[in-house]
Order: sequence, then structure tokens, then C-alpha cells
Amino acid sequence: MDTETMGGRERSAGEGERGGFDRRGFLSCMAWAGTGLLWTAAGGVLAARPIERALAEERPGNASFRFAQISDTHVGFNGEANKEVLGTLGQAVAKIKALQPAFVIHTGDLTHTQKPGAFDTLTEALVDARVDRIFYVPGENDVFADGGKEFLARFAGGGRGWQSFDYQGVHFIGLVNVLNFKAGGLGSLGHDQLEWLEDDVAGLKSSTPIVVFAHVPLWAVYPKWGWVTEDGGQALAYLKRFGSVTVLNGHIHQVMQKVEGNVTFHTAMSTAFPQPAPGAADSPGPLKLPADQVRRALGVRDVNYVAGQSRLAIVDSTLG
Amino acid sequence: MANQRIETTKTWTRRCLFTGAGLAVMLMAATLFAAPSDERAETTRTRSDARPQVVISHHKFSPAIVNVPVGTTVTWVNRDDEPHTVTSTMQLFTSPGLDSGEVYRQTFTKPGTYVYFCTLHPLMTAQVVVK
Repeated sequence: MDTETMGGRERSAGEGERGGFDRRGFLSCMAWAGTGLLWTAAGGVLAARPIERALAEERPGNASFRFAQISDTHVGFNGEANKEVLGTLGQAVAKIKALQPAFVIHTGDLTHTQKPGAFDTLTEALVDARVDRIFYVPGENDVFADGGKEFLARFAGGGRGWQSFDYQGVHFIGLVNVLNFKAGGLGSLGHDQLEWLEDDVAGLKSSTPIVVFAHVPLWAVYPKWGWVTEDGGQALAYLKRFGSVTVLNGHIHQVMQKVEGNVTFHTAMSTAFPQPAPGAADSPGPLKLPADQVRRALGVRDVNYVAGQSRLAIVDSTLG
Repeated sequence: MANQRIETTKTWTRRCLFTGAGLAVMLMAATLFAAPSDERAETTRTRSDARPQVVISHHKFSPAIVNVPVGTTVTWVNRDDEPHTVTSTMQLFTSPGLDSGEVYRQTFTKPGTYVYFCTLHPLMTAQVVVK
């Protein structure tokens, strides 16, 4: 995250004089992480501004496209932490509809333990978002009972679930890190997927903005709770040469960010229930909050890509 | 037989210690929280039960090792607010996803060490030793 790297990115991306990065602003805003901030990734480096200011500065019409991230909808959950999972999902869908994104990315745990009918309930609820396309990667709750058979048949055309596509110059990569959990082990991508990834990015220019999405965080958020992908480092090694890599994950039901070189990592809120901060409880799991606080811990994410500026502007907004 | 008797004595000593510790914890916990004391009591009881029970709580199987004779049915109950499974690492048995309060039973008809884990949270591992 030094200015030299930034300079290189600005030139290669043809950015104008607005490409500057205020390191002090970024650091001072890190403390606000997760609430009311707009995160801007330029050349793989984040900057943050209070949303109100960011929105005031935003020039409508300049955004080439925006997409939304929804995560951990856990359809079928009926625990004390949220008795109205379909209600909060509906609220999240309404938010997405209002954003009018080009498409939606779902980063896994669509269902809570693959209960019968849960995949249908979710996809029907998402119809109300009125988006052309929704890309899914599975969470462990979606695949544990049948090794992913139903999920892959429904959402991956019978393939293995990992995928990539290009949209207006940005290369998107969906990864699967929840299949084949081994006793005592962690989420992993596996040899075949890593090989595929290496091939997938081989022909791309290093100036291509990359967005990676997967369920379990690719970085070591908290290995003790399994909040890490065992071979995530190998995947990131293949992406090291790119100037702008944005990694979007779910699984931990809370917003966390990290910057490592040109890579920015973001975990998302759930629409179903919050989880404790790493190490803040005996174990992970649904966090019971007072009723009036639950919706403030749930939400969706809005990501904007502005052509010519190579920026990904990320806004996390809560449901309450 | 001699070995078995020693084993029994050991077990009794362990039981007494465990029960003592359990009571102490219950007394302490009773003044602070209601729920944990119930949980402890249940774990203590299952130790001396002929039909052993494993409690799944806070992402742990307790007790982590259960020693049983051939033919024993072991019961698991999920006390967490999220699902877990009881799945043999050798794929010899698996429960469905157990929601909060749900129970799974498995009868062990052959001697051996049965290592199992939760397929949703693979860091959770434990074993049943059948003799």
C-alpha cells in the first residue's frame, strides 16, 4: 500500500487526478470498520470515508456498474438469535432491489442444514430483488448432508461449483472451500481447484481488476474457530501479480477487513443471525442480541465499480 | 480380570473426583447462571449411566472419549443453538444435521476405536472406544 504502487496503478488504469489515496484518512477510519463507512479499493488499496460524505461526493452516472453481495441467509434457521429469518431476508432483498445491481453474489450458507424446500424458499425470495443474475458459491450448510449434490445440480449446472466470468473489464472468480471437510481440518480449495485457478488467470493482464468470492474467509481470520481456508495462501499466490484484488467472503457473519499488499479482504454480514467477534465467546455460533439490536447486526453489501478509475467502492449497510 | 478390576477402581476414583468437582461447579454456577449448572449436572450423570450420553455444547463433544462394552448404544444430544453432526471418520455411521435439542443414537456391536467429527465444524472431534 505504498504510493509507488499506487502511481503504477493509476497510470495503467488511466486514472485521472482523483486517484489519490489518503493513508491517514484510511487508518483513522479503520477504527470505524463495519458501520457507516464507504470503502474504496484503488489498485488494491482501501480508502474509507463516512457514507454520508462518500455519497455526497459520488457522481451519479459515473459508475459503470454495481453489484450486491448477500451472504449466510441460513433459510431454515429457527434459533433464539432470530426467529424471523425470512423476514430479515425479505428486508435484505428489498434493499438489493432498491440498489438495482447488475447482478448479485451469494457467498454461501443459503440454507441452514439443507432442510427440505430451503433452496426453493431462498431462490423464490431472491426473485423479488429483480436482478438478471445471481451467482452462488456454497457454504458448509449447503453441502454437508449430500456432498454438494443438490447444490451443484441447482446452481452449478452439475459442475464442481467454482467459476469465473468477466463483467465490464473486471474478472470475477467464485471459489468453493467447503467440500470435503476432514476431521480436525479446515476449509480448503483442493488441488484440482487450485490448478483451475492458476489456468484461469494465466492469460489475464496484471492490470485486470480481480474480484474473488468464496464462503469461508481465504485469510486467517481466526483459525481456532475454523475461520480460515487451509490452502487459501496458494490461491492468493496466483493472484499476487494483479494490482487490484478484492476478496469477498461470508461465513463469520460480521464485517471485517484486511489489506495485504494489493489484496483487500472483506467478510460480510449475514441476513439471518450475527456471530461473536473472534475469541469473544467460548465458541462461534448464533449470537443472541436484544431484539432492538438484531437488525443492526445483519445486512447486505453494495459494491460499485467506476470505469476509468479502477475503483471498487464497498458499502455495507445494516437492516436496522 | 485383574486389569478390569483396576480399571473399575480407577473409574470409581475418577467418578468421585468428577462428581465432587461437578458439585462444586454446580454450587458456584447456581449462584451465577442457571443453564450451565444444568449442563454440568447432565454430563456428570451420564458418566455413571449404563446408556452413555454425549452432550454437544459450545462446539465440543463431552465427554470427548467414551469407553463402552460391545453392544452399547451411545446417545448424542445437541445443546448448541446451531446444527452439528456425529460422523465417523471411516464413514461407518453418520447422523443427519442435529438441530438444537435433537438426539442421535448409535449402537456399537464390534470392538474398536470409533473416531468421529462434525462435518459442519471439522475441528470438533471425539471418539467412542468399544471393548
